Amino acid sequence: MTDPILESVSLSKRFGNFVAVDDVSFSVPEGSFFSILGPSGCGKTTIMRMIAGFLEPTSGDILIRGRSILDVPPNKRPVNMVFQHLALFPMMNIEGNIGYGLRRKGMEKAEIAARVGEVLERIGLPGIGKRKVDELSGGQKQRVAIARCMVMEPDVLLLDEPLGALDLKLREHMKIELKQLQSDFGTTFIYITHDQSEALVMSDQIAVMNQGRFEQIGSGRDLYYRPGTAFVAGFVGEANRWRGKVTRAQGGGLQLTTEAGLVITGADHGRGLRVGEEAEIFVRPEAIRIGHAVSDVAHFSNQMSGSVGSLLFNGAASRAMLRPAGGGDEIEVALPQSGEFSALKRGDEVHIGWEAEQANAFAYDPTAAAATAKASGTGGT
Amino acid sequence: MRAGAKLGFFLLFAPLVLWLGLLIVIPHIDMFLVSIRERIGVAEYQTSLANYLTFFTEPLYLVTFLRTAMMSILATALTLVIGFPVSFYIAKIAKGRLQSALFLLTLVPFYVSELVRTFGWMILLRETGLFSTLLQWLGLADQPVEMLYNDVAMMVGLVYTSMLFMVVPLITTMESLDDSVIEAGYDLGGSGFSVMREIIIPHAMPGIVSGSIIVFMLSLGNYLTPTMLGGKDSLWFTELIYSQFIVRFNWELGAAFGFMLLFLSSLIVWGTLKLTGQTLEKTMG
Repeated sequence: MTDPILESVSLSKRFGNFVAVDDVSFSVPEGSFFSILGPSGCGKTTIMRMIAGFLEPTSGDILIRGRSILDVPPNKRPVNMVFQHLALFPMMNIEGNIGYGLRRKGMEKAEIAARVGEVLERIGLPGIGKRKVDELSGGQKQRVAIARCMVMEPDVLLLDEPLGALDLKLREHMKIELKQLQSDFGTTFIYITHDQSEALVMSDQIAVMNQGRFEQIGSGRDLYYRPGTAFVAGFVGEANRWRGKVTRAQGGGLQLTTEAGLVITGADHGRGLRVGEEAEIFVRPEAIRIGHAVSDVAHFSNQMSGSVGSLLFNGAASRAMLRPAGGGDEIEVALPQSGEFSALKRGDEVHIGWEAEQANAFAYDPTAAAATAKASGTGGT
Repeated sequence: MRAGAKLGFFLLFAPLVLWLGLLIVIPHIDMFLVSIRERIGVAEYQTSLANYLTFFTEPLYLVTFLRTAMMSILATALTLVIGFPVSFYIAKIAKGRLQSALFLLTLVPFYVSELVRTFGWMILLRETGLFSTLLQWLGLADQPVEMLYNDVAMMVGLVYTSMLFMVVPLITTMESLDDSVIEAGYDLGGSGFSVMREIIIPHAMPGIVSGSIIVFMLSLGNYLTPTMLGGKDSLWFTELIYSQFIVRFNWELGAAFGFMLLFLSSLIVWGTLKLTGQTLEKTMG
């Protein structure tokens, strides 16, 4: 493991009484793609602006290569930023935009031209130097905005939801391209987004942020399969959730009884839930197996039957919403890819089941529950 | 339906056509005709360029003409230099209620007429005025100081009268500059000076040019301020026009002067647009 290029130590930022960033510590290894994922208003942009130097932290420290940069003004920091709306300079052509930083460094004209040509080559847009900013397409502007920063050879490149303004198709394409650019340049990227799929696809490490705090830092796989908190379980990926009281707990396995009387077995993965505690259980739609007969799901520790309430066809990500026979909220179930259930229609009786291991249980935390409910309501892009 | 649409179009256009025609085109044509006739006897006229010749051969007219142009350019430059930082502060630094309050404050002086505002300056600057009394009270002057009736007083009045017409277009253009573009300038290593020179000023250029054109034209055509605040030596070209029309009753020469002023302002505006690479559509649109 290389030394961290960027470190944040107990970083906090208050605006009056409002705590935007609350005691956040993390470190980013050199050359990695680090994302901060969270709902809007969680403080992620505040962190980024503090790193860039546009905001001063209330307390804590930011270190680059082991040295504090708090006393360094934004124009002297070895950090560059790709802004949300890119902020290309409309009064200059592409060459002027990319060469701006180099001119500020006092570089020779010929050298600047050579570097600009080189970076345009690398982003796959050679020969567009003389064009105007508004003559470019969305994706091209995106690449120019990154090139404008990369030509400065920063230690860390900050990206503030740069894909937000693009349409869906282009966004999907740019995700792959950004990751490609990052590994080509070998620069450390810190990427801010509220879109979990952007974070999951591109990042080496993701920090999930909520209400000014980091909930969990880990790889996409960790966050998805082993969420550390109820917020992460609800925010990253989709999940069915049940709330109830723990009625049995032994050795990591536990049993939860909901208010409607539904009994679900789950696992707390070392979080030590006790009998009588109020808890929430999260089960991913794809962790649930669906079958036509009871025998199809007989080997699972959780079994239920119900009727199909509605079908949400979305190609590979098609879902069925099941109405449990015993009542309660609809359960979202992923339909298998085999086509076995392609003839499923509303009102069909089916049986479902899942392993206790796949059902993540957390102590119930009303604030986190409210936050995820809000986040999944707004951050559904 | 189509006939109705046509009628609507004419009705909408009528005020504009009437306004342009009655108040601008017809008077100017008439003025031009007056300016090219020469009185050779009682109620006897002939067409000639004699009035224009008088303008070019009489040094007082020519000197006043050029002086008015130079002073107007100076007034415009001063208004820009003072108005730019003010506009920048209002557009980009002040936020929320402070911003609207400051903007309103620049407007408030224009609620009273230009005459009253100019009298305000006279109260401050005259021999028995506020500044003079204050200087004496502080012991910086041992007798009343007359600060009126000179070029400086006139310049102060011109800049003050024109300020709003510079500040409004500047604020409008600068507000349209995204804050993140300025931040990007700093982020990529720019200093305050280079961000101003390479990003803010180029962006504000249409506002600078349109504000300057308006202020220049207003100063050039101003009559009240130079008359009230300027001294004997601060003769303004509009005062010459006034005296030809009203005092000397020489409408022919007055009309020729009027046309020279129109020609001069058009020439300078055209020159400024060419020099800054702006077009009229871009700055006024």
